[in-house]
This record gives sequence, structure tokens and C-alpha cells, in this order.
Amino acid sequence: MKFLYLAYIATWTIHLLYILYLTGRYRRLREERKELEKQ
Amino acid sequence: MKRTFTFTFFVLVTLGLLAYALYQGLVVAPTEATMGDVQRIFYYHLPHAWVAFLLFFTNFLASIWYLVRRTGRADALALASAEVGVVFCTVVLVTGPLWARPVWGIWWTWDARLTSTLVLWLIYVSYLVLRRFATGAQTQVLAAALAIFGFVDVPIVYLSIRYFRTQHPQPVIAGGEGSGLDPRMWSAVLWNLAGFLSFALLLIWLRYRLALAENAVEEAHADRALGPEAETRAAKPEARGAAPEVGNKPR
Repeated sequence: MKFLYLAYIATWTIHLLYILYLTGRYRRLREERKELEKQ
Repeated sequence: MKRTFTFTFFVLVTLGLLAYALYQGLVVAPTEATMGDVQRIFYYHLPHAWVAFLLFFTNFLASIWYLVRRTGRADALALASAEVGVVFCTVVLVTGPLWARPVWGIWWTWDARLTSTLVLWLIYVSYLVLRRFATGAQTQVLAAALAIFGFVDVPIVYLSIRYFRTQHPQPVIAGGEGSGLDPRMWSAVLWNLAGFLSFALLLIWLRYRLALAENAVEEAHADRALGPEAETRAAKPEARGAAPEVGNKPR
């Protein structure tokens, strides 16, 4: 059972890390857009 | 407003599918006779592999589309499908050894299936590295060519367990005589496949839109730098969506 839980947890950790990466990229993009509008 | 509603609806459907698929894999599917509960890793491992193959195929088609038409949309789709494909392939490469250790007694072996899958992952990681760090007008063309040649490894991975003797089990689905699954196991496989396919589509859509938006910002920066004449050119509707040779590179 230990390996089963580890596999399921690892799967969702990988997906969550990727979602966090995408969120960071979207945040940076929004900031860049704001700066562009200010100029 | 309509787009936000569609997105929220899609997220809710995906979450519902994934929750039900988890229930199918952990509760409804029967315990396998020889391996026990650890066999339930199969319900995550197999759908991730299939979805990764599908995403690499999408990348292959989008790369051909880009080479033929040179549109920013094709390039963004190729990038999005490769990136999400690498995420799914990473899950395959992590869940595989976690299943192998209690069943085979080893984490890894250099057999045809495992090695060709690792090579597949390395090909698409190198594609993403090329996209991220290479500069110059031909980066997208080079990446598209790499993607087309790299896709050759997908059928090799798929066929490796049919043509070579491997530690990895022979196919249980469409594997000929003696292969097959209990109907409740099949149901768990299909629900997980539907859930992760929907999840992959969601990620691709987000990454595709991000690539297009980043392109637009980069173009706006370039136009500002070039002056009012370039801004007038960029404002023309036909200029949007097309990828100029320089300065339009989704990262």
C-alpha cells in the first residue's frame, strides 16, 4: 500500500508543480501587460 | 463572460471525472490476485502513458502545420502539447519504478520499453530546452524539425514490448491471446483515461493561451521599440496571429 500511495501522491505533486509554474508565468505576464499600459 | 463560464464548467467536469476515476481505481476495481493493491498504480500509469503519446502526436501534427503555414497558433499548440506531454511522461517514469520496486524487486532495468520511454522523455525535454534557450530566427523551424523526427520514438515505445523480450509486462490490452482485463478493471482504466485526458486538454488550453499572450506582449514591446510606423502595422488585423520570422517565440 505504501508504494500505491506514493505513486498517487507523486502524480499529483508533479501536476500541482506544473500548475504552480503556469500560475507564475500568468502572473508575470499580467505584470508585464500592466507595465506596457503604463508606458 | 461566456469564456469564463465555459472554463469554470470545464474545470468542474474535469475535477468530477478525476474524483470518480480515483474512486473507480481505489474502490471499485478488484484487487489483482498476484500483485495485490499495488497493481492499482496501473490506473494512473497507463492513462498517463496514453495521454502522453496523444500529446506528442498533437505536437507532431502542429509542427508539420507550422512548417507548412508558419503560423503563431501552430507553434503555440506545438509548444503547449510538448510541455504538457513531458509532464505526463514524467508521471509515467515516476509511477513505473514505484510499481516495479515491490513487484520486480528493482526500481529500474534497461529493457527496451523502459529505455525507449526514457529516450522519449529526453527528446521532448531537449525540444523544450531548445525552445527556451535558443535565440535566432530559425529556432521555431529547428524545434519543429526536431519534433517531427523525435516523434519516431513514440511507435518504438509502443511496439517495444511486442518485438522485444522485456522485463516490462506484455500488453494486457489488445495483446492477443491470453491478454485482457476484468470488466471492472477496464471501467477504472477508461474513467481514469477520460479524467486525465480532460485534465490534459485543460492544461494545453491554458499553456496555448499563455504562449499566444506572451507573443502579443513581446510583439508590443518590439513595436514600441521600432516606433509609430511599426505600431500602425501591428494594429492591422491581418498582422495578428501570424508569426513573423523574428521576435515571436513562445517560450
